[in-house]
Amino acid sequence: MKDMLLELKDVARGFGEGKGRIDVLRDINLAVKEGESIAIVGFTGSGKTTLIKLMGGLLMPDSGQVLFKGRPVDAPGRERGIVFQNYSLLPWLTVLRNVMLAVDEVYPEWSKQERLEYAKRYIAMVNLQHAVDKRPAELSGGMRQRVSLARTLAMNPEMLLMDEPLSALDAITRASLQREILNIMSGSKTTVLLITNDVDEAILMADRVIPLNPGPNATLGPSFKVNIDRSADRTELNSNPEFIRLRNQVIEYLLDKRSEAGTRNTGKFLLPNLSPVLPQSGFGSTRSKAA
Amino acid sequence: MRMIVPALKQYTPPVLAIVLFLMAWSFGAKQIDTSLGQVPGPAMVLEQARILWQEHVTEREKAKAFYERQPTISYTGKPTYVDQILTSLKTVFMGFVIASLVALPIGIICGLSKTVMRALNPLIQVFKPVSPLAWLPIVTMVVSAVYATNSAWMPKSFLISAITVSLCSLWATLINTALGVASVNTDYINVARVLQLSPLKKTFKVLLPATLPLIFTGLRISLGVGWMVLIASEMLAQNPGLGKFIWDEFQNGSSQSLAKIMVAVFTIGLIGFVLDRIMVELQKRVSYEGYAA
Repeated sequence: MKDMLLELKDVARGFGEGKGRIDVLRDINLAVKEGESIAIVGFTGSGKTTLIKLMGGLLMPDSGQVLFKGRPVDAPGRERGIVFQNYSLLPWLTVLRNVMLAVDEVYPEWSKQERLEYAKRYIAMVNLQHAVDKRPAELSGGMRQRVSLARTLAMNPEMLLMDEPLSALDAITRASLQREILNIMSGSKTTVLLITNDVDEAILMADRVIPLNPGPNATLGPSFKVNIDRSADRTELNSNPEFIRLRNQVIEYLLDKRSEAGTRNTGKFLLPNLSPVLPQSGFGSTRSKAA
Repeated sequence: MRMIVPALKQYTPPVLAIVLFLMAWSFGAKQIDTSLGQVPGPAMVLEQARILWQEHVTEREKAKAFYERQPTISYTGKPTYVDQILTSLKTVFMGFVIASLVALPIGIICGLSKTVMRALNPLIQVFKPVSPLAWLPIVTMVVSAVYATNSAWMPKSFLISAITVSLCSLWATLINTALGVASVNTDYINVARVLQLSPLKKTFKVLLPATLPLIFTGLRISLGVGWMVLIASEMLAQNPGLGKFIWDEFQNGSSQSLAKIMVAVFTIGLIGFVLDRIMVELQKRVSYEGYAA
């Protein structure tokens, strides 16, 4: 497994202590090859953001290991660029300054002019040349996410981690941004890990789709290989039999897992799979209530 | 008409309130006789304001005439009301600057480190509510012991008043800064972490800009508190500002004293109001909240 770029080995992570503790993820095993693009799909609340924070080094696992190029991840790093769901732009900086923040940090040896040109090139890449001097609040959600993407790509990361980057956008903006990201990524060899709650998006964007089972104690499901020509139009894709087959497979898997989880745990508590001992007499029933 | 109606709606209530207040004051003042004569009504106060201004103008003319005769000797006339206002402003500004210089760095450190915050919190909580009158004797003794030279541009009384002002006003800035830095949006922090910004860069490029609106709210409260505290400390420290003016008039006990003190009351109120407006304007300049994401 030497050629793996990112590896997760038996990773578990929970939050809180004592009774309030929630074990979000457990037994997470994943290996990402260089150049691969992977999408992890899951229901909301299944621990997707926790998972990406672990990979990004923003969170440490309770147990298990996160390895990047064979070395344990103990802090965030520029080689793993993260695109956050809520854009995370600094509201007091213009688009250009937001991107420059990353460029200044990654290429301090360049001249100011070189850095400015470089930042502008990435802003142009996401088609925001006209908004260079605008502040985030003046931009739509889709535009903000494009700035965030430009900022992350300008860091020239070896791996791009995207945490539901398009989830907060309307369907049409979402579709056009999917296309845009695909175009940008097709030109580079960057490894991509996308987290999404949209199965169609996962299949469209990734070589491999891996479902994240519903939490708590969420684990990763089997990976579904995607063999679809992505240059195809999105409308055609909807009638592509392979696409439909794959989509149904993934959705079926997720729904199965959810109903399983639903019978397994009532409410928040994970109950052992045992039938309760029913009270034999009225006296016993009041006792058990008191307890 | 369309323009007039909203204007009427906006200005009628305050104008009405002021007129009613003046009437009540005028009426109430006539009912009370003090050892310094009747409590002055609005007209008497206005008259005293005019006299104070007149005194200032004549004093300046005297000084000018003096310098024409004696250009090498400095004129030592008594400070006029305007001089006293300027002294007060200088003192409060000095106190405010000292307070900010102390409160901002400590506030930032408290915001960055929970341990430091926990360590300093009891001290802050205990010292925060202490009145300027309690600080003053201590400050006086300490300054007198440490600051031996009584130079002309920074007299002891000035320094004592300024330090007392800063001791009372720094808490608001400190607490707001600490709170602001500690509660910066985790998204911004995550950006700093992913970019691996150095602690210094993180502080100046992410934490401080994000905290600036809260810091300015703190500074605004501090300046307000400082201005309020100033009058008391000037009275006791005998710093030749508005506080001393009031004290001297009170000790003086002439039939105009109460009216003059009331002029000072209005002056203090108006200047306090203007200082607050200036801080609000500054706060608007630095605040990104108008266009927050």
